[in-house]
Amino acid sequence: MKTTGAALITTLLERQGIETIAGIPGGASLPLYDALRASNIRHVLARHEQGAGFIAQGMARATGRPAVCFGTSGPGATNLLTAIADAKLDSVPLIAVTGQVPRAMIGTDAFQEIDTYGLTIPITKHNYLVRSAGELLEVIPDAFRVAMSGRPGPVAIDVPKDVQNATIDVDTLPDRGRADPPPRCAPDDIARAAALINAAQRPMLFIGAGIIAADASLALRRLAETASIPVVATLLGLGAMPSEHPLFLGMVGMHAARFTNLLLEECDLLIALGVRFDDRATGKVEAFCPRAKIVHVDIDASELGKIKQPFLGIEADVADVLRTLQPHVVTNRRGEWRQHVARLRAAHPLSTPGTDDPLQPYGAIRHTAALVDDDALITSDVGQHQMWVAQAFPFARPRQWLTSGGLGTMGFGLPAAIGAALAAPERTVICFTGDGSLLMNLQELATAAEEEVNVKVILLNNGHLGLVRQQQQLFYGGRYHASRFHAEPDFAAIARGFGIDAYDLETTAAPAAMLAAALHTRGPCLVNVPIAAEANVYPMVPPGAANRDMIDLRPAPSVTTGETAAVAASREE
Amino acid sequence: MQSTAYESPPARSAGAVLRLLVRNHPGVMSHVCGLFARRGFNVEGIVCLPVSDGTRSVILLVVNEEERLEQLIRQLRKLEDVLDVHRAPEARAAFTAVAGWLH
Repeated sequence: MKTTGAALITTLLERQGIETIAGIPGGASLPLYDALRASNIRHVLARHEQGAGFIAQGMARATGRPAVCFGTSGPGATNLLTAIADAKLDSVPLIAVTGQVPRAMIGTDAFQEIDTYGLTIPITKHNYLVRSAGELLEVIPDAFRVAMSGRPGPVAIDVPKDVQNATIDVDTLPDRGRADPPPRCAPDDIARAAALINAAQRPMLFIGAGIIAADASLALRRLAETASIPVVATLLGLGAMPSEHPLFLGMVGMHAARFTNLLLEECDLLIALGVRFDDRATGKVEAFCPRAKIVHVDIDASELGKIKQPFLGIEADVADVLRTLQPHVVTNRRGEWRQHVARLRAAHPLSTPGTDDPLQPYGAIRHTAALVDDDALITSDVGQHQMWVAQAFPFARPRQWLTSGGLGTMGFGLPAAIGAALAAPERTVICFTGDGSLLMNLQELATAAEEEVNVKVILLNNGHLGLVRQQQQLFYGGRYHASRFHAEPDFAAIARGFGIDAYDLETTAAPAAMLAAALHTRGPCLVNVPIAAEANVYPMVPPGAANRDMIDLRPAPSVTTGETAAVAASREE
Repeated sequence: MQSTAYESPPARSAGAVLRLLVRNHPGVMSHVCGLFARRGFNVEGIVCLPVSDGTRSVILLVVNEEERLEQLIRQLRKLEDVLDVHRAPEARAAFTAVAGWLH
């Protein structure tokens, strides 16, 4: 069959099961868009390539399957970079296809020419510059294989315009790209892990996004329940264990509940599953779990010993490990340890003031949670609101919570929510955001309106870059600079201008009722929730400090420096 | 990737020698060198030549990373274009030989 490079790309993407692609066309990708028009793939026109990248990420994070975004050469490619880098740090299977200037013009500083291959090397699992239409037969399936295999991640494919236009005779299409079989765990390692767990007095399970990627939530829960082991999660591990589960102790690290971090100090065995010991989780590494032997399971061998040397490191699929381990783990009620956990939980709980008031951070989050069921998908942007949601939203299932963890990209939330809604159109998608973050990809409100996605933007509006303001207050002697927005846009009017319903809780005497009305009306909307500029996220571990040294709502007994203590004591709460 | 490259004076006794078998295409060197740069690994010397039919290249590296050598090797193994990585102390002679051309 005679075809073109561009048509070959869309055919191969269809064969990989791709139904929706987000992107923006341009000069160097016009042949691709001509082929896309003739394909069965739906194209979602974003308003900025970063939006397209995060829409694809939303699809990928919500489903666990690779998703695709398109950009043109030059600025199209550079605009995609943030979304690609974000996918790398959070292990999201994203496939970015970019147009490139014709091969004969590469290296001439042609119009909209940039070295996309070179730019994407450090932020992808792998990347390709396709040099002939024939290469596409290998590259496209291989890109999917790479994105899905082992630890998932992004792949970039740069396709010069003449390669898109080239005609090629294809006899047979290649097999679909699929994930390589994961490394199997060694029976010896399982026996050693089981022995450590069975012998431990105060074990703790420390789980991350790897549990969700491996679809290992149920296996995790079984193991935890069998051996009565408390579970803590990283930011990206939230949802892998239901928040309400009695063994679940919440998020670990910088904004964890004090009891959670204190218990990690005491544990004698840390079973770390699909985590990478990120600094926001560990705090000062030397002081993280100082009494514990560490069993670290990860599918990426380079994570074992990268930050913390494990007593036992296992390179394997964590679902496989949990299944194999289960029969070797002795049932144990662990009364003493669990009583201690309960005591510390009661003595140092997470404090969530204002849950009754929808105009306070925890109140807005809890009211929203009460208005949706567990099918709802929750995205966030990055900042204070993200931490409040991570602390207080009752996540019930894996892939319910989509947030930018590693890169911490403001602007993630809205386009990721659009992507999640495209992947699960029957569900409600909540995007918790802040006024700083929302402005970073505000243009995607137009995409949300056009696609009529069921996305509810809950804007916790404090007129600040709140987490910057908080750090200036706590760690820079209250010397605020560049963290306040002196011009405060009318977000409700802006949303209406984009053709989206808007609700402003400032304008009503019954904010809870207005919030309910917003959430119960299908289609995209924005809810402006004015919150106090002074509201801070507590507790907080100062950057670089040990997790035990948390600044708390109450007068802090163990902050790191005198200056910090003075500032903390003079807070306005 | 079609030429011999050599940077900085030959590692005397210090440093481990690694032998990488890689796919030979433009960009492989960027992948390998970029990894060293962004992870802060110190590379003392590089020798690279195509092998067999030219679809593969061998890269010899001298690296001053005793403590992080295992981490460095694991990171290299994650590169799709790197087909094999192992320690190759016997290949140190290659650097001695090349050094003659540089001094």
